[in-house]
Amino acid sequence: MIAPESEAGVCEAVRGANGPLLVQGNGTKAGMLRPVQAAETLSTARLSGITLYAPNELVMSAKAGTPLKEVEARLAEKGQQMIAEPPHIHGEEQTIGGIFATNFSGPRRVTGGAMRDHVLGVRAVNGNGEAQKFGGRVLKNVTGLDVAKFLTGSFGTLAVITEVTFKVLPKAEATGTIVIRNLEAEAAVRCMAAGLGSPFSVSGAAYLPAEKTVFLRIEEFAASVKYRTEKLAGQLAAFGGAEILDTAASLALWRDVRDCRPLPAGAATWRVTVAPSAAPKILAAAEMAGLAGILDWGGGLIWLSGEATEAAHQAVTGAARAHGGVWWLMNAPDPLRAAVDVVPAEAPALAKISARVRQMFDPRGIFNPGKMRAA
Amino acid sequence: MEQPLPKAEVLARRGEILAGLRGILPGEAVIGDAISLKPYETDGLTAYRQVPLAVVLPASEAEVIAVVKFCHLHGIRMIPRGAGTSLSGGALPLADAVVVGMMRMNEILEINYEDRYAVVQPGVTNIAITQAVEDEKFFYAPDPSSQLACMIGGNVSMNSGGAHCLKYGVTANNLLGLRLVTVEGEVLEIGGKHMDAAGYDWLGLITGSEGQLGIVTEVTVRILRSPEGQRAMLAGFASNEVAGACVDAIISSGIIPVALEFMDRPAIHACEAFAHAGYPLDAEAMLIIEVEGSEAEQADFLGRIEKICAGFAPISMVVSQSAEQSAAIWKGRKGAFGAIGRISPDYLCMDGTIPTSQLPAVLHRMKTMSEEYGLKVANIFHAGDGNLHPLIMFDANDPVSFHKAEAFGADILKLCVEVGGCLTGEHGVGIEKRDLMSAQFSVGELEQMRGIKSAFDPGWLLNPSKVFPLSEHAPG
Repeated sequence: MIAPESEAGVCEAVRGANGPLLVQGNGTKAGMLRPVQAAETLSTARLSGITLYAPNELVMSAKAGTPLKEVEARLAEKGQQMIAEPPHIHGEEQTIGGIFATNFSGPRRVTGGAMRDHVLGVRAVNGNGEAQKFGGRVLKNVTGLDVAKFLTGSFGTLAVITEVTFKVLPKAEATGTIVIRNLEAEAAVRCMAAGLGSPFSVSGAAYLPAEKTVFLRIEEFAASVKYRTEKLAGQLAAFGGAEILDTAASLALWRDVRDCRPLPAGAATWRVTVAPSAAPKILAAAEMAGLAGILDWGGGLIWLSGEATEAAHQAVTGAARAHGGVWWLMNAPDPLRAAVDVVPAEAPALAKISARVRQMFDPRGIFNPGKMRAA
Repeated sequence: MEQPLPKAEVLARRGEILAGLRGILPGEAVIGDAISLKPYETDGLTAYRQVPLAVVLPASEAEVIAVVKFCHLHGIRMIPRGAGTSLSGGALPLADAVVVGMMRMNEILEINYEDRYAVVQPGVTNIAITQAVEDEKFFYAPDPSSQLACMIGGNVSMNSGGAHCLKYGVTANNLLGLRLVTVEGEVLEIGGKHMDAAGYDWLGLITGSEGQLGIVTEVTVRILRSPEGQRAMLAGFASNEVAGACVDAIISSGIIPVALEFMDRPAIHACEAFAHAGYPLDAEAMLIIEVEGSEAEQADFLGRIEKICAGFAPISMVVSQSAEQSAAIWKGRKGAFGAIGRISPDYLCMDGTIPTSQLPAVLHRMKTMSEEYGLKVANIFHAGDGNLHPLIMFDANDPVSFHKAEAFGADILKLCVEVGGCLTGEHGVGIEKRDLMSAQFSVGELEQMRGIKSAFDPGWLLNPSKVFPLSEHAPG
């Protein structure tokens, strides 16, 4: 494994590479999407450290290998947080670079935006071993093409991200959660839509089918949380009586939702995003195929788990496709994830452009070949 | 402003091209006579003008495809245009180009409150989306100053912002999907009605690409439920430094107001004379701060902010007690461009972004430059997000004055980059800042962006001569 301690070292490693490179931070997300066939690994894990933190400007920069937990701890010192609430599903070793490279967001994404919405700037090394900077450190920037956003979620297939700059926000003084039980999926999604369509700035909306329970989160000053949870619970009375969780219980609950703890363990895990009203149909189709699921983002995100078979995969992708949704195979044994479309295929007109763009970033095709789609 | 040489073979075949376009579109949708072409010679950046070869006004995606295929086949440059409100010259024509005006594609196709989106054609105005959903108490969040006129297709192309993006984000943060016609006349369906892309973030790349990558023919936007209410306050301070420190204190207190606007002394005076909004004329700097929530929450949030402001010895402080009073506070700010227009025959509206901590230093440097150039400047600033709008006053009838204003503007933007900011926060690069791009990007970085442009548009037919320095252009 090559693990340079500087960006210049990354440039040198890329220039010196004779073949494909497995590009990663600490490798905690190696199980996502397809396996990469590469004799050499290029890790950004040793590019570590927070390089800028200006709490008053809501901005932080960190080298790619900086552990997420270090970033979160530093923000917490100033009462701030990552807006998109990245999941800790892949343990405590994951790096900030990995979170951006996979555009991996948690419950607050539904109204607060995804990692791609908060990225302000990226430094990266392209396939020619050239270090480049896109975006910057200010909150509003439309100068040139938004390459920083494009690299976010590109799974290391275009360039090696060496540093990211992102927007952060204050943590709320208090968090409250409205809990409504005994709802079937259809009613649950309508209930979440009513919450998200209320004027109370709901910042989390999840449904656990096994418990038939909806959770709606509000984060604000304590007086506002009290007012908004009570008022919204009243407006949702038609869906059933509500229990309201206090801050401590809410924080614990949403940490579990963020990390998918209520999802039964399975040999394979999928993520599907879709217009929320279609979620019950996808959930039903998946359950027919023997999979279990939970809903987040008001139904806009469906986590599924179950057997790692092509039949199960086709049940998921068929249902997603039928309702205009998309999917990610998040985790599965190598034979399955090497054999199937782990994300939807690009239509021919787009695939043609996509190949040219990729060729331009990485002319030799050495970065994570096959990670997203079979070469 | 230097422009690429028109293609002689295209100019020579003008009659044939017009006839060809009339074979594709209904007669009234193809404009070729000098008088009717005149309104298309410029956009919101009126300092630059160029009558195009022709203007077409397609009414459907199929017509857009037909026009694009025709132009592509014949090697004709195309300039996509919405309402023509660009402040950076994004829709400025070329002599050998066909302007593709999208204003006839102005239908709202679908509104879905349960899934909180609207599907609209590119010629729908920004405000029309909000108007279509406001009876259900929803709104479309990005609110550029030109929102009465500007169109969503243009908003997507320029990644437009507005006064409320501190809380709600810019266009890119409020889109779910779009349809894009490529230079070859193929349709790309990007995103959809779901959140997040599985695969590359084409939606993020296309948003803000200034018509370089294709022509947007349909947009799916997120719509949001309106807050229970909103209320504004204003506070005047003895210096830019003190007002800047107050902004810092508000943000670090954990309150993120929905809007946080900063005006300097020249802007306060111009706006007050215009709007009689009750602005403090003895203040060097003024903040307008808006919060959202129930009546009680508004009082709570404004109370907290008032307490913070009080720590900075405000010269005056007015907390609105009603919707009418809030509107009065906003009236001066919203009329700022008109107000400057009253005291100066012409002005350039610049649009850099800086780290907010740099504000006092940047305003100080700008004052010195203003004296050196002998041109007045007023500053309006989205203080929460660092987006600065210096308005440089000049006289367009005096070429010397205009060139000075251009140079002054360029110096301000270079200063923004120097202190860690960028050339443009929300207006786009267009033609205006094209030649400054190398102040912010290295040759290699520009090359990388050019490469993306070439991947979409190998012959550089779409909106050429914008965004990238001319010398960096691929041969058309």
